[in-house]
Amino acid sequence: MIGEDPTPSSAFGVEAIAMTMRFGAFTALDNVELKVKPGSFHALLGENGAGKSTLVKCIMGYYRPTEGDVLIAERERAISNPKDAHALGLGMVYQHFTLVPAMTVAENLVLARDDVPAVVNWAREKQELEAFLSRMPFRVPLDAKVSDISAGERQKCEILKQLYLKRRFLILDEPTSVLTPGEADEVLGMLRKMVEAGELTILMITHKFREVMAFADEVTILRRGKLAGRGKVSELTPDDMARMMIGAEQLTVQPARTGEAGTVKLEVEKLVALDDAGGTAVHELSLTVRAGEIVGIAGVSGNGQRQLVEVLSGQREAESGAVRVSGAPYSATREEMRRHKMSLLPEEPLKNACVGGMSVADNIALREFDRAPFARGGWWLNKSAFRADATTKINRYKIKTRTPDTPISALSGGNVQRAVLARELGHDVEVLIAANPCFGLDFAAVAQIHAEIMAARNRGAAVLLVSEDLDELLELSDRLVVMFHGQLVYETRASDADLTEIGRHMAGH
Amino acid sequence: MTSEAADPVDAAAIAPAADAGFLQRWGTEIEYILIPGAALVAALLVFGIFVALFGKNPLDLYWYMYYGAFGTWFSWQNTLSRAAPLILTALCTALPAQLGMVIIGGEGALLIGALAATSAALALQGMPPLVVQIAMVIAGMTGGGLWILLSGGLRQYRGVNETISSLLLVYIALAILNHLVEGAMRDPASLNKPSTREIGAANMIGTIPGTDVHWGLVFGLILAVASYILIFHTTFGFAARVAGGNIRAAKIVGLSVGKLILTVCFLAGACAGLAGMVEVAAVQGRTNANLAVGYGFTGILVAFLARQNPLAIIPVAILLGGINASGGLLQRRLGLPDASVFVLQGIIFISVLASDALYGRIGFLKGKS
Repeated sequence: MIGEDPTPSSAFGVEAIAMTMRFGAFTALDNVELKVKPGSFHALLGENGAGKSTLVKCIMGYYRPTEGDVLIAERERAISNPKDAHALGLGMVYQHFTLVPAMTVAENLVLARDDVPAVVNWAREKQELEAFLSRMPFRVPLDAKVSDISAGERQKCEILKQLYLKRRFLILDEPTSVLTPGEADEVLGMLRKMVEAGELTILMITHKFREVMAFADEVTILRRGKLAGRGKVSELTPDDMARMMIGAEQLTVQPARTGEAGTVKLEVEKLVALDDAGGTAVHELSLTVRAGEIVGIAGVSGNGQRQLVEVLSGQREAESGAVRVSGAPYSATREEMRRHKMSLLPEEPLKNACVGGMSVADNIALREFDRAPFARGGWWLNKSAFRADATTKINRYKIKTRTPDTPISALSGGNVQRAVLARELGHDVEVLIAANPCFGLDFAAVAQIHAEIMAARNRGAAVLLVSEDLDELLELSDRLVVMFHGQLVYETRASDADLTEIGRHMAGH
Repeated sequence: MTSEAADPVDAAAIAPAADAGFLQRWGTEIEYILIPGAALVAALLVFGIFVALFGKNPLDLYWYMYYGAFGTWFSWQNTLSRAAPLILTALCTALPAQLGMVIIGGEGALLIGALAATSAALALQGMPPLVVQIAMVIAGMTGGGLWILLSGGLRQYRGVNETISSLLLVYIALAILNHLVEGAMRDPASLNKPSTREIGAANMIGTIPGTDVHWGLVFGLILAVASYILIFHTTFGFAARVAGGNIRAAKIVGLSVGKLILTVCFLAGACAGLAGMVEVAAVQGRTNANLAVGYGFTGILVAFLARQNPLAIIPVAILLGGINASGGLLQRRLGLPDASVFVLQGIIFISVLASDALYGRIGFLKGKS
């Protein structure tokens, strides 16, 4: 059946009918319907775990749905693997890049083809690529190495790759998560034009209402594997969409910002740190955070934020420079962390702050296990104290786990982060360092984490918040700084921050 | 958004406890017994084919293996005597494994431990036997401990892979041993087989009353139980498991990972060093190249079969000790080369390592439809 008709040359629609996908006893998709009209820009909204990825993976042939059919250009098609989907003109652009960094853009494009000849006639390929690019609205430097071009250009390459492969229906999975607001608008704007010209149909997975409002024609909203709503974007408000996404769930109310900044708690002076490859990631960075203040660090990922946080967390040694907490030199030892009441909420908590194979109770006790009541005489583990403390915190922080003894790796991302939150914020905090604490979490978890961070600030903690989410930074920060190429390049009060100005500095202009 | 692929697992984890059947609760534990057991059986079957190629009946083979290992009180004693050093050398791999380190140099620590214990005994000739024996234990454990500490230090301060360094240190240990027994420490009376002087019959640690099994077995049992307690019931073991499970998490809570690595390496080497001391003080009576019969290497196999659990090491060491013990009988009755039990050990090792891929993949143990 595949290959019977030539790949369509213009936009076509895709429909998923009565899609159900079960994994064992768990139903990831329950009788979901999705209709993407030909030549439209369709947004697929939903919280983490709502089934968005499962749905598109069923369409792309990565999963075989338990029930349901896929209609492509109004004809029922059996798509049993991604190759079938590609042959039908369906393409997918992932959140993370799939280009080979050490190769040039041209090489990456040619390499992606199914029919790469054993000997490539580069002169001819280049000519054809140039001809192809002249018809496209994007421009990318064909001879540049992928590792040398910016995130925005890489994302354009990913999209161009799909168009070069003659895919006319593109599925974009959170395509703007690694881009600055400016880059995101540029890329989506160009795609929008191609959709309007009738060359393309787009299905975009996202959680950013702003992008849905600005670029999408129609929206489908999923909640817990079920269709929660759909309609024309022009007839909906962000509030309507948010309600459909969350349902009746009660969100934690964030406390109001109270109190003024006090004395300097955390001082970073001329800090230099290297990345894993030995390049300078943090370049003579200086920064202070006062008690009762949230300092937000904005920046496109990969500008040294991670290495900065790693130095403050004891996961990386500084090359030079100094870190002081309450005036005393700080080198991230257990004793110092205790004395200064430091709390750390790193990004990807399962990778950075938890031991996946150990129980929820053990993970909650990581900071205190060598003291009473967890340790008798300082060395004998008191397992019942672990369990008792964990039970209290599981209830207080609404951690969904079967038992305190369940391995923490079996929990969902939000619940892992809640467990870390319980451990790190379950006691007095003087200094809090948080990095992308809400990345990939659902509304309820995000609201709870934001409330906890604000509460810690109000109690007088000095908070350093590193985030790739500008909305989060603007909402929580007192002061906002922009990090670019390992340095702080811009500072502003969050209350009078100018988004364009911040975006410009994030891009290094 | 790829995280959604993990949803089935999440759902299982937060499912109400009422759904959790027997298999769901004990599935993991059953796996830990079933999978290594199946790997062992598979290895025996492959070895049966190997033996059949020599024109022998595999059923005879299995019978003689059983008989030579566990068939009589005599074979039991032989088995237990061989299990003793295996328990200790297995701990040399199992303890660092808690930290996520793969140390395979127990053989080297055993040899250095034996040398150190012999030296202590020779230096203290004339002292009361108990004093000499205690000194031998201390010297053997310290010698072995420092030997593996070298691997730990290389890893901690120079970033050298501990697996490779510990393995290469085995050859250095063997070279040192040969150098000393053929040179400075050589007993002039040992002509064919260069050896050190005897430590003296009075200083030998002897056997457990009523048996021919030497006290090394008791040392092994005590250290295996002590290791289990250290790892699972003390704050030190907890910290080690945290660092072994996720070094980034250990660092973010300020644990001193370097100290843990060095301490654990020392303790691991001390266990293997004690095995060397036992071989000298209970079996050989002196140090010579006879000590390098591969107890250190078989210990690696024991530790992996026991999934690095110190308590599980005890039965596995007895099993492997039995296989070793049956080698003589296989040679006499079936005319198989003495080394054929090492072929079996090799097959077991490969099949156990390969079976690792099966964990969590056995459908009926997941307790789900």
